[in-house]
Amino acid sequence: MGLDFSILPAYADILWKGTLWTIALTVLSMVFSLAGGVVFAVLQLNRHAIIRWPVAGFAWLFMGTPLLLQLFLIYFGLVQIGLDLNAFVAGVIALSLHFAVYNSEIIRSAIVAVDKGQYEAARSLGLSQFQAMRKAIVPQAVANVTPALGNMMIALLKESALVSVIGVMELTLSAQRAISDSFRPFEFYIAAGAIYYVLNLGLEQAVRVAERRSAQYR
Amino acid sequence: MSEPIVKIRGLKKNFGSLQVLKGIDMDIDQGQIFALIGASGSGKSTLLRTINQLEEVTEGEIWFDGELVNQKLPHRQREAHLNRLRQNIGMVFQHFNLFPHLTAIENVTMAPLMLGRVNKAEAIEQAKKLLDKVGLSDRGDYYPSKLSGGQKQRVAIARSLAMNPKLMLFDEVTSALDPELVGEVNRVMKALAEEDMTMIIVTHDLRFAEDVSDHVIFMADGLVVEEGPPSLVFRAPQEDRTKSFLQQVFND
Repeated sequence: MGLDFSILPAYADILWKGTLWTIALTVLSMVFSLAGGVVFAVLQLNRHAIIRWPVAGFAWLFMGTPLLLQLFLIYFGLVQIGLDLNAFVAGVIALSLHFAVYNSEIIRSAIVAVDKGQYEAARSLGLSQFQAMRKAIVPQAVANVTPALGNMMIALLKESALVSVIGVMELTLSAQRAISDSFRPFEFYIAAGAIYYVLNLGLEQAVRVAERRSAQYR
Repeated sequence: MSEPIVKIRGLKKNFGSLQVLKGIDMDIDQGQIFALIGASGSGKSTLLRTINQLEEVTEGEIWFDGELVNQKLPHRQREAHLNRLRQNIGMVFQHFNLFPHLTAIENVTMAPLMLGRVNKAEAIEQAKKLLDKVGLSDRGDYYPSKLSGGQKQRVAIARSLAMNPKLMLFDEVTSALDPELVGEVNRVMKALAEEDMTMIIVTHDLRFAEDVSDHVIFMADGLVVEEGPPSLVFRAPQEDRTKSFLQQVFND
């Protein structure tokens, strides 16, 4: 039995819905992981060890364990302590936290790399530590790491496929459903792969625009 | 006579085991222009940076506008106290330290807006006036990367002035400039001096110091070696160290 892609249109609907769920999952997790990344990065630079250490420990846990395990823990584990999350929410939380930790490492080192004179200039004008970070340091740090963060976001889009295992009907699981109905794994996995690829091309374009925007002052 | 705006008593500063300020006393009256001169490593920049507490001091007292700058306070209160003081003390740096992600005008409006001094329209109007004052009214929308060193430094001066400071600190502000760009920055500072701004200028540019200041302090090894009006310090120095320093500099 050779390849026969003419089967695809019959399942266009399920693939389309899966694509939309993948986009929703990815976009929400991107927003939260970037915001969380900034927050974790700033906390890790706090002068009090009592604030730094828990964040560092948390980051270490999330970097040192598989995303799949984190997903199971959040979806199945939290039920045990009375937190019954729906699968999509659990997926967003796991992806957001996992990537926030990686993003925070990137952002933290970029913050440290911003010239000390920038901080001094902001403080000498009477800005508080927080204001100096927010207005002077973080914008520059983020501009410096847009390419690196862009790569993380592309990884996030691909890793979102893992969420299929807890039953979110995103693109990968949708393809599987189509396969179990049609018994044509090759065609549908290739189709799903092609859709991921197109989404990533779009994301790459967006990253490039963001790169140009955030560094327009150079 | 009224109380000096800056009063420094017995100021000492250690970096680890290295003592860079060994007991400085200083009184600066409203409207005075002080020039701090001396070789690199004499402590003059450090002294300047202790006044707005970019450097903490080891011992001694700094008074600004009747308030003890370096009071011992719990962290939060100390931060609030310093933020308030720094709003009244402008500082201009050797390497400009303009915010590169903001345009010239945004650099100038940032602090007044952030600190709720003015609304946006007022901030922009004030910034335009200040940029005009430093001769850059046509450069408001430029990012620092598109400005020359002299232009950057003039924007940095405008940025400090936007907070209406009572005192301006200048830390070797022309040292990083190409020689042909020094004049434009010096002119802005001179104009400021003529408006009776109180200024402390750390500089290697002795001709400028002589031209603009009304009190010169010569420092060496963390101490004030000689001070007085520029006519005396430059033309009739009393101390051998001052003489040899001036000779070295002027013979270059």
